[in-house]
Amino acid sequence: MTATTGYIGKSIKRVEDKRFITGKANYTDDIVLPGMTYGAFVRSPYANAKIKKVDTSKAKSMPGVVAIFTGADMTAVNGVPCGWQVNFKNGQTMKEPKHPLLIADRTKHVGDPVAFIIANSRTEAVDAVETVVVDYEKLPCVTNPAAAVKQGAPLVHDDVPNNICFDWELGNPKAEVDAAMTQATHISSLDFVNQRLVPNAMEPRSYIGSYDSTNDKYTLYTSTQNPHLIRLLMCAFVLGIPEHKVRVVGPDVGGGFGSKIYHYTEEALVTLCSQKIGRPIKWTSERSESFLMDAHGRDHVTKAEMGFDKDGKIVALRVKTFANLGAYLSTFSTCVPTYLHGTLMQGLYTTPKINVDVTGVFTHTNAVDAYRGAGRPEATYILERLLDLGALEMGVDPADLRFKNFIPPFDGVKQPGYQTQVALQYDSGNYEGVLKKGLEAFGYKDFRKKQKEAAKSGKLLGVGFSTYIEACGIAPSAVVGSLGARAGLYEVGEVRVQPTGKISVFTGSHSHGQGHETTFSQLVADRLGIAMEDVEIIHGDSDSVAFGMGTYGSRSLAVGGSAIVKSIDKIIEKGKKIAAHKLEASSEDIEFAGGKFTIKGTDKSLSFGEVALTAYVPHVYPKDLEPGLDFVSFYDPVNFTYPFGCHIAMVEIDKETGKVTLQRFVAVDDVGTVINPMIVEGQIHGGVAQGVGQALFEGVQYDDEGQITNGSYLDYCMPRADDFPMFETSGQVTPCPHNPIGAKGAGEAGCIGSTPAVVNAVIDALWSGGKKIKDLRMPLTPERVWTALQ
Amino acid sequence: MNMKINIKVNGVAHGHDVEPRTLLVHYLRDTLRLTGTHIGCDTSGCGACTIHVNGKAIKSCTMLAVQADGCDITTIEGLASDGKMHPLQEGFHQEHGLQCGFCTPGMIMLAADLLSNNPKPTEAEIRHALEGNICRCTGYHNIVKSIQHAAQNM
Repeated sequence: MTATTGYIGKSIKRVEDKRFITGKANYTDDIVLPGMTYGAFVRSPYANAKIKKVDTSKAKSMPGVVAIFTGADMTAVNGVPCGWQVNFKNGQTMKEPKHPLLIADRTKHVGDPVAFIIANSRTEAVDAVETVVVDYEKLPCVTNPAAAVKQGAPLVHDDVPNNICFDWELGNPKAEVDAAMTQATHISSLDFVNQRLVPNAMEPRSYIGSYDSTNDKYTLYTSTQNPHLIRLLMCAFVLGIPEHKVRVVGPDVGGGFGSKIYHYTEEALVTLCSQKIGRPIKWTSERSESFLMDAHGRDHVTKAEMGFDKDGKIVALRVKTFANLGAYLSTFSTCVPTYLHGTLMQGLYTTPKINVDVTGVFTHTNAVDAYRGAGRPEATYILERLLDLGALEMGVDPADLRFKNFIPPFDGVKQPGYQTQVALQYDSGNYEGVLKKGLEAFGYKDFRKKQKEAAKSGKLLGVGFSTYIEACGIAPSAVVGSLGARAGLYEVGEVRVQPTGKISVFTGSHSHGQGHETTFSQLVADRLGIAMEDVEIIHGDSDSVAFGMGTYGSRSLAVGGSAIVKSIDKIIEKGKKIAAHKLEASSEDIEFAGGKFTIKGTDKSLSFGEVALTAYVPHVYPKDLEPGLDFVSFYDPVNFTYPFGCHIAMVEIDKETGKVTLQRFVAVDDVGTVINPMIVEGQIHGGVAQGVGQALFEGVQYDDEGQITNGSYLDYCMPRADDFPMFETSGQVTPCPHNPIGAKGAGEAGCIGSTPAVVNAVIDALWSGGKKIKDLRMPLTPERVWTALQ
Repeated sequence: MNMKINIKVNGVAHGHDVEPRTLLVHYLRDTLRLTGTHIGCDTSGCGACTIHVNGKAIKSCTMLAVQADGCDITTIEGLASDGKMHPLQEGFHQEHGLQCGFCTPGMIMLAADLLSNNPKPTEAEIRHALEGNICRCTGYHNIVKSIQHAAQNM
């Protein structure tokens, strides 16, 4: 560990802000290349329809039209791949139907692309789309995953019986769990629908494909969370273009929340077609298209039971989930309901017997993949709802019930990690700590009095708890490889010391709002004992950054930051040799602190800048040492990280209208070591808002025809500023014992913890008014709550 | 049949022939290349394209370019003066009112209109004013604080 200059733990204002607040940011749709054309899609209006004929004759003669591609042109091109193979219980590999770039024969969800029209301007492309005549034969469809597995349900893919992609099981054998459940004196049981959500990053997806025939080189500008991964998937699996002939750039990206992780068909199409027409092609999604085509989140139908003994100890947990995967497998879709969901069923509790059974199901809907939290919110929802319901039904306090069941504190150093029943080994935790802090911050004792008084005067107040855990810092490559991942999940960090001692950092992490330029600068400046202004962070360009796996799963600091630290350690090590030579000492006698290489116990030292200059002007230099001071490191974590926390929501229900008002939201999150508290709090705020959005406002509605009936901002209820109070956030720090920073990750915590807290609060309010209702379907709209009150 | 428009944008006079169906936001972004004004939806629901037309905040996707003929327009690029940030720009920086930055120009332009009509708004008034502008990153918490910060410094 090197000495610091005190940048760690400071709320330093973001260095990247200026371009965003002055209108000078550079998002993909802001980029215009010489000779650029514009693409637009003919999309299927039907969920399941045979394409009998596509007539583009009129479109071809429309003004400005440059080229038209249809499914027939793409039959020889591979589809986009899935990045994670989940096997059936019997060992068979999952069903993995082709996901074509354009559809030639049968559309499988509303929005499936039938033709791609390229024109000189966006309006000309859109005008031409209107003139394409497609003869469809509409067929029956199915959108609900539990219905899709039933005999006789319409098939999404003819060669996938019962629409089942895989079935999968984790934990203790079912018979053991069933036996343990018989010992329970109370079983809390619920049928859940974890509704489908649209991530709704504010920047619509946008891509520009460009081909340089002189150098036979492709460039793809893409609103992505992981440029290198897109390059790998697109080159190796879809287009078969040599990877070194493709540059992928993810410039400023306006939010992702998971939806911009995946390799989308449109990325491959603009790249491929730009070569075919010899001009760059831009395609930018309209918001209506985003609702249809951006990978959705959640969509689980679950039955779950939690058994308690007479003392309130959880004795068993049984979960059966049908996970909707949509019509095609998106990049990480299969790992979300399995390895990011089933593995979290231990929660914070000592539950001795757990069985999770998941069936992945195809339906005639848009693909479902990781959306902020990804599997972990669904798992947390099950656990925290069952626990609070158990407390209400047994007449015990929900906080007490949690204290009774928490895994005792362990730091992962002196005490070992906690081995769960569902594969994971937690790294370090102090679960009772966050609940204690939460109760204090909330003023819990006073609240119960206030609630009773309010009930007397006809007011419905409720409190809801959620004590969550997540698996982040994704992920140890060998572990995820053994579980079916088709990629490694390490990260790359290059630290290039310039001759003048200034630093350029090239990271494989990608910032789309997370503030990496600030956090990583703090980290580097702190470790090297230099000024933050002397550090620049470069990311998002495959021609600059050696490699990278990108940003998702709250991995940037824990994995990407650790890769940077590895390179810094190598720089310091080499710097000691250079300094030792110049100072005529042994490198073992050199220590590095406060930006200086010093002979221990003396005042003889060289500054970091002097050593940097010597590395590039090696006149007085160790014989066997290479010049230069530039290291690239790959960091592969040894375990996931496990952030956790306690969220407490307080709501009031308006009896007349059923409207739920979120009055307070208290969050105590333990995300390990924090570099910039301001940024972490911002991440928690945003995550909480999205989680509350699921609880109260959001949800995709598919009708029986497979149409999304709320596919716009007029119909899909996005959370607004006046839906929230000021959030009351605080933290606890239990460092991660297995990475050099101690960080666990903060990106998803808010979204994982908050949803059940809010729903639990509404149920608690209903019970306080004598309405002993076990469950309400999310979102808890005024109509649903009012109906429950009648 | 194109139509001729004359518009003043950020103090600079422009004259262009435009298609009558061109939205003001497309004119700003595509013709004038002022890409700080963003397009986040197609139903006037998100507010990312908010600008000032004759001093009032409007969503520039709800207006045709030809309707702006003769108007005085300010976009995010024109908000700072003499190299000095507008108090709202400073407020968003100080209070971490932005993450991905995509909604930010619209938020700032909307807030500038709010503060010119109501220099010391309450928290509830700020939240109400922001109803037409969606942010997916911040949970609005720090946007509210940013606007309060600016109100104190104007």
